[in-house]
Amino acid sequence: MSDKKTESKNEKYREVAYYPGCALEGSGHAYNRSTKALGKKLGLKLKEVDNWNCCGAMEVKNIDPKLQTYLSSRVMSIAANKMKMDVVMAPCNGCYHNLKKAEYDLKNDEKSKQVVDRLSKKAGHETYQAGQVETIHALDWVKDTIGEEGLKERVKNSLAGIKIANYYGCMYTRPRHIFPEKDSGPGSESTSRPHFMDDLLDAAGAENVDFPLKTACCGGAHTLSDSDTSTRLVANILQTAEAAGAEVIATECPTCHSGLEMHQIRANRTLGIKTNVKIIYFTQLLGMAMGLKPKEVGLHENVSDSFDFVKQKGLA
Amino acid sequence: MPIHEKSLIRPENLKVQENLEVEGIDVSGHWSTFIESRVVTDYNEAMEEEIAALPGGEFIHRCWQCGSCTNACTVHAINPEFNPRYWIYLIRTGMESELLRDKDIIWQCVSCNKCTYACPRDVVPEAVMKATAHWLELKGHTPKSHSTIFDDIFSEQVIETGKIEDGRVLKRFFKQTGQALRQPWLEDLVKGLLRNLPISMLTRMGLATLVAPKTSGWSGARDAIKEYVAEQEAHHRTALGLDELVKMAETELKAGAAK
Ligand code: SF4
Ligand code: SF4
Repeated sequence: MSDKKTESKNEKYREVAYYPGCALEGSGHAYNRSTKALGKKLGLKLKEVDNWNCCGAMEVKNIDPKLQTYLSSRVMSIAANKMKMDVVMAPCNGCYHNLKKAEYDLKNDEKSKQVVDRLSKKAGHETYQAGQVETIHALDWVKDTIGEEGLKERVKNSLAGIKIANYYGCMYTRPRHIFPEKDSGPGSESTSRPHFMDDLLDAAGAENVDFPLKTACCGGAHTLSDSDTSTRLVANILQTAEAAGAEVIATECPTCHSGLEMHQIRANRTLGIKTNVKIIYFTQLLGMAMGLKPKEVGLHENVSDSFDFVKQKGLA
Repeated sequence: MPIHEKSLIRPENLKVQENLEVEGIDVSGHWSTFIESRVVTDYNEAMEEEIAALPGGEFIHRCWQCGSCTNACTVHAINPEFNPRYWIYLIRTGMESELLRDKDIIWQCVSCNKCTYACPRDVVPEAVMKATAHWLELKGHTPKSHSTIFDDIFSEQVIETGKIEDGRVLKRFFKQTGQALRQPWLEDLVKGLLRNLPISMLTRMGLATLVAPKTSGWSGARDAIKEYVAEQEAHHRTALGLDELVKMAETELKAGAAK
């Protein structure tokens, strides 16, 4: 470990309970692999939540929102009560959002508390109490432990000359009230123009383009059930990124990531809109910048092929 | 910016005379346009309460019709007919027949929460859209949308096993919605994956489709959730008076048969 003064920002985040969630075990495996590899490279510890369950994703809330609150609370209960951890880190925007939403509801809504208590008792585990853990995103994790300065010191392959559009999607910032730590003054994340990913990639040398659709929606909730709408939304995001001069769209959510990849193909097939912008997880980009090989960050697990691109940019 | 209220005027109510002369003056074509008056008599005064009784609909009464939701809406930008502010207005005034004109697009809300972010009254329009889509289905106005079928399949698997395996959900979804699994774009997608993946990874993914992932010791949670869901469903049926509707329909049927 090098220079203490640049990286003691948040010691608490150096060892966190890791909640990968279902997507990271399936279609988003590249994000899982790259998050773990990046953590290892940076000397950050991840302890996977024991025997975790699905947070409810975008679907269970439509059957019953309180059921979703329960599912998310079970994950936090295990982290707090069984593993005695203070921080849960979820790289998936959906998981991150749902845990934050559950935290908010359990703090502010008596009915949600009752339902969660009743279901937890019946299921035979301790009821999660608001405030027991803090849920953070993979972006907070890297930013608050290593930070920009720390990253700069560690860069092996600079991302210099790579033009990136940072895409955050919906669930990372909306609705604002479930993220009390955002929009809270200098240094905090912004819900209207988020910048944490921009900051990290910038520290690794990348050239971030001015991208107006950072928090636009990719239609992820209806990727399959209303593909035409999703394809139009994604085509707009891809074309706007290209118009802004981006060669890469950096992602931080498995649903957005596979939505962009899938509908990039579909837009070409059904709308005749062909785009060449690469779609790469921010953890993959940072990992390669820190000297990891493309395979170590799961570049082969992406649907879109960016091997030639990263080679050409000197990252492989 | 289109004026959405124009959609209140149905095209069939716009009357134009092709050839019309009034007191020697030719007023053919759009000079003679008039709008046939329309009287709404079929108010459903219970509609707001019914939707408020469904999860997500709780705060509909707070809306003051500012229009920020529609202005921010992702789907509105690609389909101007998609208008949350207007639907909330129709629901609150009980104009059921007007709402039903848009019944096939309300489910298309993509849950981006841009509306929730913009709403000054904490109505949570996103949740109201979900409640409205559910209400349409529960009342039998629309069949289950693809989105609801997906939610059902997904939730069922979570409740059963505690976890999701996307390949499995995908397969069941295409089957239940009667779509071919071999969509050409999906094939391109799989080919893209195959091109890059090492064999070991494929075996792992193949195995995941056969042996679905599970959260161990899940049965306690499963039973608790199932009991809760059944209770909630019964509760919604009562709120919407569905059981009475069914009974009424049955008596009517019997009466009809007796005649
Ligand atoms: S959540 Fe639905 S209604 Fe709200 S802005 Fe997004 S698409 Fe429109
Ligand atoms: S933004 Fe809120 S208050 Fe304004 S019209 Fe929409 S729901 Fe009503």
